[in-house]
Amino acid sequence: MAQTIVFLILAAIILGCAFMAVTTRRIMRAATYLIFVLFGTAGLYFLMGYTFLGSVQVMVYAGGVVVLYIFALMLTGRHDNKENASLSLGRKFAALISSLCGAGLLMFVIITHQFAENSLTAPSEQTTTVKLLGQQLVSSDKFGYLLPFEAVSILLLACIIGGLIIARKR
Amino acid sequence: MFDFSIITQWFHSLLTGVLPEWVTIGIECVIVLLFIILLYAILAIALIYMERKICALFQCRIGPNRVGKWGLLQVFADVFKMLTKEIIKMRQSDRMLHDMAPFFVLAASFLTFACLPWNKGLEILDFNVGAFFFIAVSGIGVIGILLAGWASHSKYPMIGAMRSGAQLISYELSIGMTMLTMIMLCGTMQISDIVQQQADYGWNIVRGHIPALLAFIIYLIAGNAECNRGPFDLPEAESELTAGYHTEFSGMHFGFFYLAEYLNLFICAGMASTIFLGGWAPLYIPALEGFNNVMAMIPGFVWFFGKTFFVVFLLMWIRWTYPRLRIDQLLSLEWKYLMPISMFNIILMALVVCFGLTL
Repeated sequence: MAQTIVFLILAAIILGCAFMAVTTRRIMRAATYLIFVLFGTAGLYFLMGYTFLGSVQVMVYAGGVVVLYIFALMLTGRHDNKENASLSLGRKFAALISSLCGAGLLMFVIITHQFAENSLTAPSEQTTTVKLLGQQLVSSDKFGYLLPFEAVSILLLACIIGGLIIARKR
Repeated sequence: MFDFSIITQWFHSLLTGVLPEWVTIGIECVIVLLFIILLYAILAIALIYMERKICALFQCRIGPNRVGKWGLLQVFADVFKMLTKEIIKMRQSDRMLHDMAPFFVLAASFLTFACLPWNKGLEILDFNVGAFFFIAVSGIGVIGILLAGWASHSKYPMIGAMRSGAQLISYELSIGMTMLTMIMLCGTMQISDIVQQQADYGWNIVRGHIPALLAFIIYLIAGNAECNRGPFDLPEAESELTAGYHTEFSGMHFGFFYLAEYLNLFICAGMASTIFLGGWAPLYIPALEGFNNVMAMIPGFVWFFGKTFFVVFLLMWIRWTYPRLRIDQLLSLEWKYLMPISMFNIILMALVVCFGLTL
């Protein structure tokens, strides 16, 4: 019962803020609504007992990605961006088609997959501890994640070197 | 050491006896929330009074002494003044974001505040990634500061917010790394476990000796910077930026930033006392049984507050002693000195733990 109430509150927050994020005319407000959507998602993870995933959601998305967005908007955007031109008819049509396709695809997955029934009932903090996650991350067994882990580290190294080359003094 | 969970368990079973479980959980949430807000307000008042007195001590003054005995009512008078002030609405600002920004800062502060272990069995948020959660939610404050600067639509808050954002993001790395160092020593991220271990085997700063001491010093420096205080308060350098990101805020909206600053100081000190100085664990010296028994009689929350206020005193001492840094010096201090040292410190701690060199 308590879980259902909290789930409904979170769902209302997520849906409402997602709607506001795409309909608002000011870019910084859209970023702020996006933060609330991401917090709501983190709240869902906490509700299901995945505290690690919830913390990562807060840290990476709210603390990292959105701060990056806001920094970029502050450095580039202007305050009075009210001159949003209304879209042309062809673009409106394309937007309608693509959103209908996306909604149809999502509904298909949700209806055929039946994963909503028992995901909310059992808190799973005991089943996925940080210790287990850490051991899986660096194990090279069948379900180990050593190879993706190394691939990501090489990617990040490439990013660091690229950033240094762009930012270096000539 | 008295276990507070006996009382909370008794209360929970009392309520579930007469009410359905979801009502019980709701009531308990409201009680905990009231407890947090009350403690938050009381601590803010205590910290502001302490800051004024300690500032006066270091500057050879007396400090507030007119309102009430020893100036004790001065802070209350200031709070009431702040509450009655008008909240000014500006025409050019983005009103919604401008009004929302202080609450982001407060929310981050409340969430981190709820992670602190007050006593044995008296933790509010306590799950198996507690320390990680603490680092994650402390990052929400940056959003509030950036939004405050942007929504004010003015140059000084904008520059102040940029500086403050850069500073907070940089020094978060050092905080994270020093906490990681201590987590390696403990082998757990659950805050109650971290403190329980220290109650059983001795405080971390003694157990981890050299790397723990290094981590403690780095943590204090980075924590001071993370609270926008001390020699690192240049986001609000009044001589060049008037008041930084909260220049355009008035009344209680300014008060919320002020409140969050002081409570962040307390939270920073509380986390230092939790992961380095043993939280609620009493002082324990081997081979002095009588002394240890006396120490164990003192309740845990007294130990926690004592240690925390000791660290607060250290941080205030730093703040009122050193002159302010320049922004480039501030960033080079973090990226060129503190971060390499704390990376080295992690390796040192790994070696110490691997070879069993802990005390």
